[in-house]
Amino acid sequence: MTTPLVVTKRMSEFPADSHTIDRYEATGGYEQARRALGMTRDQLVEEIKASGLLGRGGAAFPAGMKWSFLAPARPSFLVVNGDESEPGTFKDRQLLERDPHQMLEGVIITAIANEVHHAFVYIRGEYPKPARRVQAAVDEARARGYLGRGIFGSDYDLELTVHLGAGAYICGEETALINSLEGLRGEPRLKPPYFPAAKGLYMQPTIVNNVETMSNLPHILAMGSEEFTRIGHPDDTGTFLISVSGHVNRPGNYELPHGITWRHLIYEIAGGIPGDRELKAIIPGGASAPWFVPEIHLDDQITKDVCAEAGSMLGSGAVIVMDETTCMVRAAERIVRFFAHESCGQCTPCREGTTWMEMILRRIEEGQGRPIDLDLLLDVSDNISVGLNWPPKMTTICPLGPSAVSPILALRDYFRDEVQAHVELGGCPLELEKAAV
Amino acid sequence: MSQWSEATQERAREIMARYPQKRSAVMPLLYLAMAEEGHLSDAGMEEVGRWVGITPAQVQAVATFYTMYKRKPTGKYLISCCTSISCMLLGGDDVLHAVEDESGVPHGETDPEGLVSVEHVECIGACGGAPALQVNYELVEGVTPDKARELVRWLGNARPEVVYGDEMQELFGGVRSFDWAIREENGAMGPYPAFQPLGTVGSEEKA
Ligand SMILES: Cc1cc2nc3c(=O)[nH]c(=O)nc-3n(C[C@H](O)[C@H](O)[C@H](O)COP(=O)(O)O)c2cc1C
Ligand code: SF4
Ligand code: FES
Repeated sequence: MTTPLVVTKRMSEFPADSHTIDRYEATGGYEQARRALGMTRDQLVEEIKASGLLGRGGAAFPAGMKWSFLAPARPSFLVVNGDESEPGTFKDRQLLERDPHQMLEGVIITAIANEVHHAFVYIRGEYPKPARRVQAAVDEARARGYLGRGIFGSDYDLELTVHLGAGAYICGEETALINSLEGLRGEPRLKPPYFPAAKGLYMQPTIVNNVETMSNLPHILAMGSEEFTRIGHPDDTGTFLISVSGHVNRPGNYELPHGITWRHLIYEIAGGIPGDRELKAIIPGGASAPWFVPEIHLDDQITKDVCAEAGSMLGSGAVIVMDETTCMVRAAERIVRFFAHESCGQCTPCREGTTWMEMILRRIEEGQGRPIDLDLLLDVSDNISVGLNWPPKMTTICPLGPSAVSPILALRDYFRDEVQAHVELGGCPLELEKAAV
Repeated sequence: MSQWSEATQERAREIMARYPQKRSAVMPLLYLAMAEEGHLSDAGMEEVGRWVGITPAQVQAVATFYTMYKRKPTGKYLISCCTSISCMLLGGDDVLHAVEDESGVPHGETDPEGLVSVEHVECIGACGGAPALQVNYELVEGVTPDKARELVRWLGNARPEVVYGDEMQELFGGVRSFDWAIREENGAMGPYPAFQPLGTVGSEEKA
């Protein structure tokens, strides 16, 4: 199976200068932005709809459909989501650092399609280097008249502001991102009524799209939506970037079609597990996603639907691999700690629940656990995510709270014995074993 | 009347011009205030409030929401060690402990001289190069506890005015999340992100 590279093609062919405007233009760059200027909003929206492109920020919402929902009020705004903070995810960083013009061309196309004259690229504060790359690209594009007043010699104006976050995962949630950009605390807004496409930035219609989503757009226009649908899987067109990390020999970002198996990804593409140790668990879509185990899921196809049927999601495309040496309680604690730390605090179940869960997990890990602790964990989890299913029933303003429950589902379904062993032995069985040797 | 230097005020005006509404400039101006004083003081927050036309309490409400606005004096070098899941799996905790031990600074604190602050942080988007850390938000991937100790000693001895990610990566790093063929000539001048519009970026004429 050979699938062409799309968003990482230029950087693989021209590693030394894929980020420069000269290389970008020498490889066909900015031709599609010029073409888009001659297309109507309807034509552009239809073309992207027909491509089947799904948002790459985690929610997999069809990009063209999102654009079609844009309310008629003007001005409208575009905010590119480069807040990438989901543990395990590092794909947008690669796109921002190594091919910033590709994303910028996507921004110009999206702006034209949505009648936007001021776009923002929101980049997490811990990414100064990607932000510098993007700013340098913006300056280059502006100098050539591709941004600013009358882009490409037309009468279309497009301003672009690169905005730096300041350390808050929750700002990746689109309404929190908008609040943050307005100079407020990065707290999510209630949907409805605050759907960005209706009441977004400055209460105006706003498109929020992910960096990888943007980066695909020039290619869709260049090859045509029909050609694009032939790449990948019929339900999930195009390629997608998977970030593989944890216990693998070759961690990294891989641009792949949907539909390969987890076995293929881990053992072929990522080079298998160091020391040929046994695989224990896979987190398929970033820290928010419920875990998979090799006994059940290893030969499942990697598609949105197969993942959903198995009770999880591909999310941001971050795959975290854990081998047999990993303590599942400790892994769960690390993930729950993340959500406890990043909870914005607006909703009681999320704010209180995640803190409780972190405390209970830590106490089990440290050997202070009590026999009822797993039930207690499940009870607290049930308060955040009623019924403990995936996708979760929402009791909170945003999905962060319910995401914190994902590792607990894994402990309940696959690693109950390991939790009990911690309680009975008064500590981590893996650690005790190591100490005994 | 502004307490900021003329250069910083000029920078603030440039930043404000980038946004359709004044208040949106709060976050970049908070970085400017940090760069002016080394951390975010009450006076700095008041000044930001004056620029964008909101009260000090409103500024504080924003500043306290984000972890990168340091309201306590912070060392010349802020070392942030990732201990999130992917780094934890590959020894991120050991790297943190090595940094704490070598510097004598527990996480969340600064040494008396004001040279080094240490913190443990959640995922910094370098999981393919785990374990990872940042010095003034410049990234070093594939670090070991021993290399982390060397890095701390190097900071203490060389005391660079500007820290460069590529240079630290070469000296103290290992596996990276992805290949990066080019050397970048920008670096950080203090415990805040190095970004041109904020004026926090180091010299481009590195020897
Ligand atoms: C807690 C939380 C964090 C999120 N973080 C990100 C992020 O870092 N980057 C991103 O693109 N989307 C993130 N999202 C999804 C955004 O809300 C939004 O769906 C996305 O940016 C839309 O872009 P897309 O349709 O192109 O995927 C997050 C969502 C939630 C609930
Ligand atoms: S679920 Fe958590 S993070 Fe989301 S709005 Fe509620 S408190 Fe904030
Ligand atoms: S988990 Fe450490 S960089 Fe992502």
